[in-house]
Amino acid sequence: MPTPLKILVPIKRVIDYAVKPRVNKARTAVETQGVKHSMNPFDELSIEAAVQMRERKNPPVDDILALSAGPAKCVDVLRTAMAMGADRSIHVEIPDAGQGQAELEPLGVAKLLATVVAEEGRNLVILGKQSIDDDSNQTGQMLAGLLGWGQATQASKIEFDDGDRVSVTREVDGGVDTVRFPLPGVITTDLRLNEPRYASLPNIMKAKKKKLEKKSLSDYGVDEGRRLKTLKVEEPPPRKGGGKVDDVDGMIAKLKELGAI
Amino acid sequence: MSHSHVPRSITNTIRQVGRSRARPFHPTFQRAASTKHPRGFVPPTIDDLAELRERVQEFNRREIPEEVAARTDRENNFPSDIWRKFGEAGFLGITADEDYGGLAMGYQAHCIVMEEISKASGSIGLSYAAHSQLCINQLSLNGNNDQKERFLPGLISGQKVGALAMSENSAGSDVVSMRTTAKAVSGGWVLNGSKMWITNGPDADYIVVYAKTEPEKGSKGITAFILDSSAPGFSCARKLDKLGMRGSNTGELVFEDVFIPQENLLGQVNHGVRVLMEGLDIERLVLSAGPLGLMSSALALVLPYTHHRVQFSTPIAHNQLIQAKLADMYTKYRASSSYTYSVAAALDSAHSTPNNTPSTKDCAGAILYAAERATECALDAIQLMGGMGYVNEVPAGRLLRDAKLYEIGAGTSEIRRIVVGRAFNREHNERR
Repeated sequence: MPTPLKILVPIKRVIDYAVKPRVNKARTAVETQGVKHSMNPFDELSIEAAVQMRERKNPPVDDILALSAGPAKCVDVLRTAMAMGADRSIHVEIPDAGQGQAELEPLGVAKLLATVVAEEGRNLVILGKQSIDDDSNQTGQMLAGLLGWGQATQASKIEFDDGDRVSVTREVDGGVDTVRFPLPGVITTDLRLNEPRYASLPNIMKAKKKKLEKKSLSDYGVDEGRRLKTLKVEEPPPRKGGGKVDDVDGMIAKLKELGAI
Repeated sequence: MSHSHVPRSITNTIRQVGRSRARPFHPTFQRAASTKHPRGFVPPTIDDLAELRERVQEFNRREIPEEVAARTDRENNFPSDIWRKFGEAGFLGITADEDYGGLAMGYQAHCIVMEEISKASGSIGLSYAAHSQLCINQLSLNGNNDQKERFLPGLISGQKVGALAMSENSAGSDVVSMRTTAKAVSGGWVLNGSKMWITNGPDADYIVVYAKTEPEKGSKGITAFILDSSAPGFSCARKLDKLGMRGSNTGELVFEDVFIPQENLLGQVNHGVRVLMEGLDIERLVLSAGPLGLMSSALALVLPYTHHRVQFSTPIAHNQLIQAKLADMYTKYRASSSYTYSVAAALDSAHSTPNNTPSTKDCAGAILYAAERATECALDAIQLMGGMGYVNEVPAGRLLRDAKLYEIGAGTSEIRRIVVGRAFNREHNERR
């Protein structure tokens, strides 16, 4: 009889992927005021993975807890998570987060999550492999390290066997890699894992009745110490136009010229 | 106010007649108060509505991208899998009772969903409105419990497609002069005649049909029915090849001895005009969100373009004449939008008032205003894009072709002006 899963899905509210980001006037961060935000796309994959696990029923899923640490508007993405199928959520409010310096760094997030895992008795954490604003790709790995749990990152397939072990196929630079480990564990999601469902209006209405707890960092006693300082943020230099070649010979000559071959 | 002093030749005045206050209360009606909202309705908050708008935009991003909109227009075919997707997303029963799967969110919400779908595709928006407002809301407001149970769940889930058939070849603005007849027979009625310009006609499973049970009585002899399109004798003669709103399948419907059973009578016999009029104001209000979506789409198209298009070493958006056009488009859109949503908000907030009727002047006014502004904005969009705007690779032309419909359907601009004018006449005559 497999152990029921108690899943934690941390999610982040980021600038919407379709928006063209602009650097702020002070050149210290990307402008976030008045810009459309939504759930980090990799986190949508996490919620979807958790909900699909519940639908597969083997092993049974007791509870899917969504969590977000950030400014007041994080409740929007938490509600979307609950509309997609999370049972309840926690909002760790960090006022003014979102303008660069005030945001939690990956290590801070990982420490927070480690505390939550202990407090909420979680045995599986599913995170997005990275967030599309800072692209750190660190939180999942750091969390596994802090907890001393097995980790499988960049998952493209997740399978459970009857003996409480998870088989995860991962997408790595050289191809695919399959790892197997016993629960409890940490998995981070990658694009080909699933296709996140659309949160329908009836589910959004139902989600309003689900529990959303408000907490603060001090409630968890987490060292949120900032260790990184952003010196400057600049837009990349504008693309210079390429040159045109007449035929394949011309292309080969050009590549030789550039030292590429 | 009695009906008899209204000259029969001015049949448009029927609209005002329908609004008369001296309506007898029929104990057989299921709705106790004459309200336009389902039981237990609570107006949504501004945050609820903002969230709703985002959700619809998210849906459109996935399901109605530009390729789908362009293909629908090019092939003059409605993407039929969209009904089920709308149903699953919960878009089809925005104003319907939760008992039947609806969301009971009210008219502001319905306008928002309509605007956003129309922004993605004018044709899909129009068919959406015909199904969710003209058909579903009409059934919600006028059907008895048995009819709602039989028809609403299928329509709201998107498994069945709905339509409303009142206009005929010879009865457009003068809809009350319709010629389709409904002869009483044992167990129901037999319909004979035809309908024209029916949105979703070629695809519909359930159609609200108006026919004359007593032709000699003119407007007082019209009855509304619910038709199941699988009934023998019913057919769609042809799908129309239209200038715009292509893909919003519009058809000519033919009735040859079509039997409608007693239990499919909608409202009261010979009181069909009341069902028709109850719906018309709200239909105009919700449809007025269609042109809003088109204007929004036009702006989204030209704003990036004019800022990227460089001539004489400057983006053309920096030129004053271009700025002026952009400003005009924007203010027209915002003004029309304010009008529509304020009327919808007033309707929603008066939900518990007995005999809550939306303002006829404002419903006609909102769509009159928005539709003409949308055509102007679409023309400007083409102009702002110059040569590119004239090419079908770009949606500007489609926006114009789609926008023009809104000056005609749901009452022509001319009729809408008369409706407003006559509403004033009536108000001032009553005061004397």
